[in-house]
Parts: sequence; structure tokens; C-alpha cells
Amino acid sequence: MELPNGYIAVVKRDCPTCLLVEPVLQSIEQSGRPLTVYTQDDPNFPAVRGRIDDTELEHSYRLAIETVPTLILVANGAEEKRIIGWEKDEWASFTGITSIGEGLPTYRPGCGSKSVEPNIAEMLAIRHGGFKTSARKLEVPELEDDIEYCFERGWSDGLPVVPPTLPRLYRMLAGTSLSADYVLGLVPPNLVPLSIEKVAINAVMAGCKPEYMPVVIAAVEAALDPAFCLHGLLATTWHSGPMIVVNGPIRERIGMNWKGNVLGQGNRANSTIGRALQLIVRNVGGGHPQFADQSTFGHPGKLSFCFAEDESTPWQTLGEQRGIEAGRSSVSLFSADGVQGVVDQNSRDPQSLIASIAGTLRAVNHVDISNASDAVVVVGPEHGRVFDNAGWTKAQATAALHEALLVPAKDLGMGTDDSESTKPLSSRNGLVPKFRPGGLQLIRAGGDAGLFSAIIPGWLMKGPLGTDPVTKEIR
Amino acid sequence: MHQVLLDPTAELDPAEREPLPKLKSLEGLTIGLLDISKSRGDIFLDRIDALMQQRGLKTLRFKKPTFTRAAPTELLQQIAQQCDVVVEGLAD
Repeated sequence: MELPNGYIAVVKRDCPTCLLVEPVLQSIEQSGRPLTVYTQDDPNFPAVRGRIDDTELEHSYRLAIETVPTLILVANGAEEKRIIGWEKDEWASFTGITSIGEGLPTYRPGCGSKSVEPNIAEMLAIRHGGFKTSARKLEVPELEDDIEYCFERGWSDGLPVVPPTLPRLYRMLAGTSLSADYVLGLVPPNLVPLSIEKVAINAVMAGCKPEYMPVVIAAVEAALDPAFCLHGLLATTWHSGPMIVVNGPIRERIGMNWKGNVLGQGNRANSTIGRALQLIVRNVGGGHPQFADQSTFGHPGKLSFCFAEDESTPWQTLGEQRGIEAGRSSVSLFSADGVQGVVDQNSRDPQSLIASIAGTLRAVNHVDISNASDAVVVVGPEHGRVFDNAGWTKAQATAALHEALLVPAKDLGMGTDDSESTKPLSSRNGLVPKFRPGGLQLIRAGGDAGLFSAIIPGWLMKGPLGTDPVTKEIR
Repeated sequence: MHQVLLDPTAELDPAEREPLPKLKSLEGLTIGLLDISKSRGDIFLDRIDALMQQRGLKTLRFKKPTFTRAAPTELLQQIAQQCDVVVEGLAD
């Protein structure tokens, strides 16, 4: 941009320091030095000839003004140097007028430029900063409510969405260092390329803050990993949907919940991150209930199912267990049905508590089924302390659960393996495992009071022919 | 200026909502005849009703309390549940 040679000052009347330097600007002009003054709020201020109305703030934006007054020296159409605020000696040497500002205090700090005020900064960036978007722009018809318009177009999961406007998208994209056109993969069922821009638009609609973006992006990456089998998980008649578990320092930074009501409502990050993933599947992938999503029942967690692990316990965290370096943040995705509670207020030793949890896990899918769905067991703090006080690690507790869930084959009516289903298990001898090796995942979370744990079974189709849990580092 | 929203979808649907496809036949459909309470709308719809019944078509009659306001929600729901297609008498 070609600048007017000489001096440029940027001021606003609302700033006491700008009022203070008004006679100074007049004396610069009277000295014959070329002076252009951009005024941000009052076009009649200050009383100098070279005054230009910048209430639209375009010049302030293009000059990257953060503080007023700013005084810039321009030669050959380009900026040479600038000073901010009022410091008498600095202005004297900058202008070469040694007597400048006689009678004024020696120093006064400047004020914030109007061009960097919240909401104004992004509007200016959108208007003048070349903010380019690829998504189609749709005009909400006059007299139509914007939220109702989103419902009408089928963009909602049944709850109101935040209308995805340009300023909101601009702010959301500031939450990631990835460029808006970076493609994360193909979203089922329609296998549509998913750009960061579309992720951000859906994150806006879900109600996310920009700082949730890295978590949303990692969750999407995990969901699109072929091992997770998102297409099948979406299309199945079974209840399941994706469940996101977050580990590492980002939990605290974005204010996630791993304490009371951890699996429930009330925390913005938990609620909106899970919702963003589901809106992406719906809107970008085209996965609508009763169409590609053929679930017989679904469950309330298909609106959003996302929580953080309590990492204040002696157990190894889920992230570390799944190969993420300590101190790093990660998401782990599981297929998940609704929650089945386990109450045991009597057990004071781990063996007894394992028997209780195993007894409840025995009913996952059906009490007569072996090789059932994988299951996550969320161990509450009071149950967790029973293990901690006895010095049991997560690995020990998990192994003990598997052992307690070796079931006499003769007690089982149904198998889920093809090889077994041809012959009733009840005709066999010996023990069969209720869950496949690695099919039980223990996680620590929940409120302080309550000798409870929570079982979250997953999709019937697990393993290489169905879904496996997937963990991704949050970058 | 109208509010501009960014499309969150794969953009496979048209930007403007399309009208429903034109009907090829009224055979077997239930036709709602909606009188919006403008004067002589009933005369017009009586004639339409008679002509349709001559052709063996099934009609149902509805009436808005006043043409000056949008139809009450109950009436809209009733028409949507009972009819496949609606003929509205608009002018005097």
C-alpha cells in the first residue's frame, strides 16, 4: 500500500493522550512538515488540516495500529519507523522539533486502538484482510430466523445450532494452525473430503470455543482411521455411536469435566466437542438417522459423548497406556452404547469388587453371549480407592476382570463367533471368555461420592471386521 | 443485507430450496381445499370440490379463521396429517 509521505498520526478522541497531543499535531503541521491524521472515532478531531475520517478503521487496520496515538514517518511511500504514546523527548527527536510539546507532561501512555477491539478486529480482517472461504455462502431469506433456517436445511441434530457466520468461522479457524483447505480425510457414508474449514463450520454450530479445535480435529482424525470403522458404526442397527475420551494437559486448559456428572450434561467442552464430531458425520458425511444411520434405538449419547479422564489417580492414564508420551494430550475413540451402572457398597478388597463388576459385565449384550462387545468400565473415585489402597494397578485389575469373566461354556446358550454359532456352547466343556483379549478398558473418572462404576459397552462388531479403539495425539 | 451463513454440508443440495415435484395425477390422493376466509372463496372451492368429486377424487374442506393472519398451527398440522395436496382459494 502506497502511504502519504511525511508523518502519519492515528488518534481517537476517546483517548486522553490523543487529546493531549492535539496541539503537538498542530505544531507539526504549522512547521510545514507534511502530516496526515487518521481519526478513529470523531471525524472532527483533531483540529488539523490533514485530518482524514477513519471511523471505518480501514487505514488503522492496514497500518496495523495497536495503540493510539501512533506517529509514523513515511518516505518514498513506505514506512520508515513509528512511535506510540506520548514521550516528549521521543517525539522531539522523531520530528526534529526540539521545542515540541512545551508545557506538556513528559510521558503519557497511549490507549488501545479501536481497530483491535474484540469483534471489530475480526470484522476488519474479514473485510480488508483477504479472509478467503471455500464453503458455499447461503443467504437467510428476509424475515426468516437464522436458527430456524438451519433447522429447515437439515443441519441440526434436533437441538438448535449456532448459525455459522463469517466472523464465527474466522474466530474458530484461529483455534488451529492447520490451513482451512487442509483435508483430513473422507467422511462416511458419502465419502466426502473433509476440510478444516468444514470442521470449523460444524464446530461453530456445535457451540465449540476456538480453543477446542485441536481436540475436535484429533477426534475426527481418530474417527476417520480405518480401524475405527466409522461407516459401519454409523450404519449399524445396533445402539452404538462414537465416544471420545480426552487425556493430558488440554483437559484442564479448556476446562473439561472428569469429576461429578462426568458422563452427563453441563460442561461446554464435553458437550460440544462430541457434538461437533456428530454434526460433521451428519452434515459433511450425510449420515442421517433412518437413512444411512439405521440404528434401531440409538441412545442419548449419539448427540454427544465426550469426557476427560481423571489423571489424579495412581493408575496409568488411558493416553499413556495407548502409547502417548506422558505430558502430551490425546483423544481415544471407542464405540459406545448407553451406560449401565454398577453399585457395590460392600466390597473393601479388590477381589470382591472385581467379582461385583464382573458379575454386572456378564450381562453385556446378553447374559448367555460369549465373545461379547468390547466394554469400557469407568471406575469411580470410591471404587478406585479400593484398588489403590490395595496397591492394584490398572493392568492387574483388568487381568483380574478377564479372569473373573471366564464363563463355563455349558452355562452359555449363544456364541457370537461364526465357528461357535454352529454348535451351542452349552454342548462344550471348559471355560470361554466373555470378552476378547484387550476387550475391556478401565478408565478413571466421576464424582467423589458414590461407590459406583459405569459400564459402557460398544458395537457388537469389534476387531478387524468391525471397530477397534483408536487413539490420536492432540497437536 | 441478508444474513449470510456458511454451508456446513457437502453442498450436494441446491442452494435454493426446490419446490416439491409437480404431481402427474391426483388419483388416490387426499386433496385439501383451504378457504382462507376471503370473500367468495367458498364459491370457488365449492365448484372445485364438485368437479373433483365428479372425477371420484377424495377431498377434505378446511377454513382459516381470517385471511389477515397465518393459519393457526393446529390447522396446519391437521392439513399436513390428512392431505397429500392442497388447493387454496387466494383472491376475492
